[in-house]
Amino acid sequence: MSALLEIERLQVDFGRTSAVRGVSLTVAPGETHCLVGESGCGKSVTSLAVMNLLARGARRRADRLAFQGQDLLGLPERGMARLRGNAMAMIFQEPMTSLNPAYTIGSQMTEVLRRHKAVSQRAATERAADLLARVGITAPGMRLGQFPHQLSGGLRQRVMIAMALMCEPRLLIADEPTTALDVTVQAQILRLLAGLQRDLGLGLLLITHDLGIVARVATRVSVMYAGEVVESATTADLFANPRHPYTQGLLRCVPVPGKVRRDEPLGAIRGTVPRIGPGFEGCAFRDRCDFADASCARAVPRHAAGATHEYLCRLAPGPAKTAA
Amino acid sequence: MSIATTTTGPRRGWRSAATWFGAAIVGIAAFCAIFAPLLVPHDPFAQDLGKRLLVPFWMEGSDPQHLLGTDQLGRDYLSRLIWGCRISMLIGVTVSIVSGLIGITLGVLGGFLGGRVDDAVLFAITTRLSIPVVLVALAVVGLLGSSMTLLLLTLGLLLWDRFAVVARSTTMQVRNLDYVAAAWCAGCSRFRILTREVLPNIASHLVVVATLEIALAILLEATLSFLGLGVPPPLPSWGLMIAEAKDYMFFSPWVIMIPGVALFVLVLGINLLGDGLRDQFGARSEP
Amino acid sequence: MLRFLVRRLIVALLVAATVMVLAFIMTRLSGDLAISIAGPNATQADVEAVRKAYGLDRPLVTQFFDWAGRAAMGDLGESYFFKSRVSALIGERMPVTLTLGISGLLIALLVSLPLGILAAVRENTSFDRVVQLVALLGQAMPSFWLGLLLMILFGLKLGWLPISGTDSWEGFVMPAVVLAFSAIPALTRLTRAGMIQAMGSDYIRTARAKGLSRASIILKHALRNAAIPVVAIAAVQLGFMLGGSIVIEQIFALHGVGFLAWESIAKNDFPVVQSVVLVLAVIYIGLTTLADLMNAVLDPRLRGA
Repeated sequence: MSALLEIERLQVDFGRTSAVRGVSLTVAPGETHCLVGESGCGKSVTSLAVMNLLARGARRRADRLAFQGQDLLGLPERGMARLRGNAMAMIFQEPMTSLNPAYTIGSQMTEVLRRHKAVSQRAATERAADLLARVGITAPGMRLGQFPHQLSGGLRQRVMIAMALMCEPRLLIADEPTTALDVTVQAQILRLLAGLQRDLGLGLLLITHDLGIVARVATRVSVMYAGEVVESATTADLFANPRHPYTQGLLRCVPVPGKVRRDEPLGAIRGTVPRIGPGFEGCAFRDRCDFADASCARAVPRHAAGATHEYLCRLAPGPAKTAA
Repeated sequence: MSIATTTTGPRRGWRSAATWFGAAIVGIAAFCAIFAPLLVPHDPFAQDLGKRLLVPFWMEGSDPQHLLGTDQLGRDYLSRLIWGCRISMLIGVTVSIVSGLIGITLGVLGGFLGGRVDDAVLFAITTRLSIPVVLVALAVVGLLGSSMTLLLLTLGLLLWDRFAVVARSTTMQVRNLDYVAAAWCAGCSRFRILTREVLPNIASHLVVVATLEIALAILLEATLSFLGLGVPPPLPSWGLMIAEAKDYMFFSPWVIMIPGVALFVLVLGINLLGDGLRDQFGARSEP
Repeated sequence: MLRFLVRRLIVALLVAATVMVLAFIMTRLSGDLAISIAGPNATQADVEAVRKAYGLDRPLVTQFFDWAGRAAMGDLGESYFFKSRVSALIGERMPVTLTLGISGLLIALLVSLPLGILAAVRENTSFDRVVQLVALLGQAMPSFWLGLLLMILFGLKLGWLPISGTDSWEGFVMPAVVLAFSAIPALTRLTRAGMIQAMGSDYIRTARAKGLSRASIILKHALRNAAIPVVAIAAVQLGFMLGGSIVIEQIFALHGVGFLAWESIAKNDFPVVQSVVLVLAVIYIGLTTLADLMNAVLDPRLRGA
């Protein structure tokens, strides 16, 4: 099956800082690809770069950026606008502020469909009500006439999801869709996304910093650190056999019931994420890494640990070393 | 998701240049105002009907004795301009002080005490805003006769609204800050909290209001004087100079150009300085 | 919504009542009105007669309630100078002032909305900087001086427009432009600031992510939210313009309410003066109340309050 979204060596700079440095990843139809990493590692910027929604002043370049085989890099804004909300849709982290306070839910939802497809207002309203019901909102007819401020955060995020699905997109990018929500609502939204993804067969690029979410929904995981994908593997492989010291560190930070003993301290990664300026070379994790040596300051090789497992480290593949 | 839009360099430079330009104008005006009696080349009140409406230096046939020419009564225009600057600055600063005292008192009380007091202050501000300033000032001066003191008092009593609005909102913000709460808990008296905690913290905002208020008062004084109900003649207010020169403006436009440009440049300078100060304080109050 | 409306109306009425008291006090500040009405050549007996005729011998409180009671019924008393009903005088002059104020506001909005929107959309470009500079210069421009300059340029040098009078619509052009000029800086700055804030908001990012057209993003999604403070200020500005039109009317010899007030001040015709102050204040109060209601229409969050 050919890839839905292909990113090769994506680079995004803000002034003199590089937010994304050579990120490559693909999303296949029907796949959930999770992009994991701490805040500020460039996950959100990557997703905004794909949609070409970066703030003014950001510079984007890549070897290849294609959606369904169509090149996005040379696509003018008009062409990009025809794709956005239509074949590729996006959900944001901030459900409280992402809806326009001045318009009703119904008008904001039907607007997308009417923009991209030739449908009557009536048909669009019906589809909106249909989708609201599908994302688990009761009394969708009433909700359509309401304004965002009359809805709770969880409801608003459901509306955002329903709105993203209006045009039956092939690719859905969800940028931390559950971060701003209560834990109980988080679980509902995730179940919802996973179910929709299964039913509609869409490709999902899910951005999160929560490894628990990754373990539950992802088919494939890419771990980002300081603007680079440092490790990429299928979910099972990554959790069972993490290769990059950063991934290992991340996994140790998550308590696993039954595995972690009560008196045992949780892991932590020492130090903080460095600021990457121009001319930075070598491994960005070396100052925080237990295995670092002088060679880490030079260019780092990309190793393969199996057909679908890649990582960016000088440590050779072989039996995984785990820190004490 | 937080991508700060990068602040660009040239804008900053442009801004700070504008602020310095404003400060320079205000500095020159203040200098002229204070040392006017020493600076004027002629007596600004002395009439010489033999030398009426002499043209300024850039025009053909000007008198080197009178750089900016003379007015319809033969009074030296440059001297009157400098003296007018003194009047404008005097009015601007005094009105700003009077209205500042009223506005800040009301605003701080409303913002600090809240409740009924604040309702009353808000009501006072609403009422004040609904009163047409120019008309009422004209009416008071017209009915009571024009004098400097009356003009200062009237404008001072009419222009306190912005002080009150800003003092009230900033006081409310400061009141809710943690260290003020801490001072409450430490058992400090209301008066002490007001003078030690609140006032120093809202002072920078009030300085900005004061500069803008000076500009507004100067413009209003010129307007009232232009209508003949401001500064009493023969004092050379710029607005009065324009009014007196109005009858001659079609034949010698410079008679209204000179005081007009002076007024425009001074107000522009004060506004530029005020905007600059606001940016400065605004940037500093951010963490 | 209803409670909000009722509250708003009560406050408006209280403000109007306060302005009434203030306007009344203002006219009595000058001391004995009877002397000034009777004129400089009047004898003691004349003054007494005037005092009696106009009811000025009664206590101030009685005088006030008499005036206020009639004013509330729409009777503003009689002019000493024009010898006719004040309400009729104001009614006669109001069309000129309203035409001036409303056309001034329209011109101001037509200039400042596009300028503010374009400056915000092109933030930090040279266009934006020029707009900010124009707003700054406009703010420092004394309107009476601008009026005179326009008169010299368009009236005398170019001869395009009449210098004064309201015989044709052309007579309104210069005064309306001058009046508009006083509101343009504030409206432009506010539109620009509101649009910049709106354009940087999350819901605009959502609108872009939905693939909406640029026109729809700017004019539908951003402007609707940026317009909320602009509507409030536009109403306030119209109020200020009506109050400030006294200057413009005097310069261009337009016989509006401002000109009437100006004449009455010169003639010590205090019933007219206090009535014009009251009428302008009531119009201002009405406008701001209207603006609040319009904002409730524009901003659904306010409707619940």
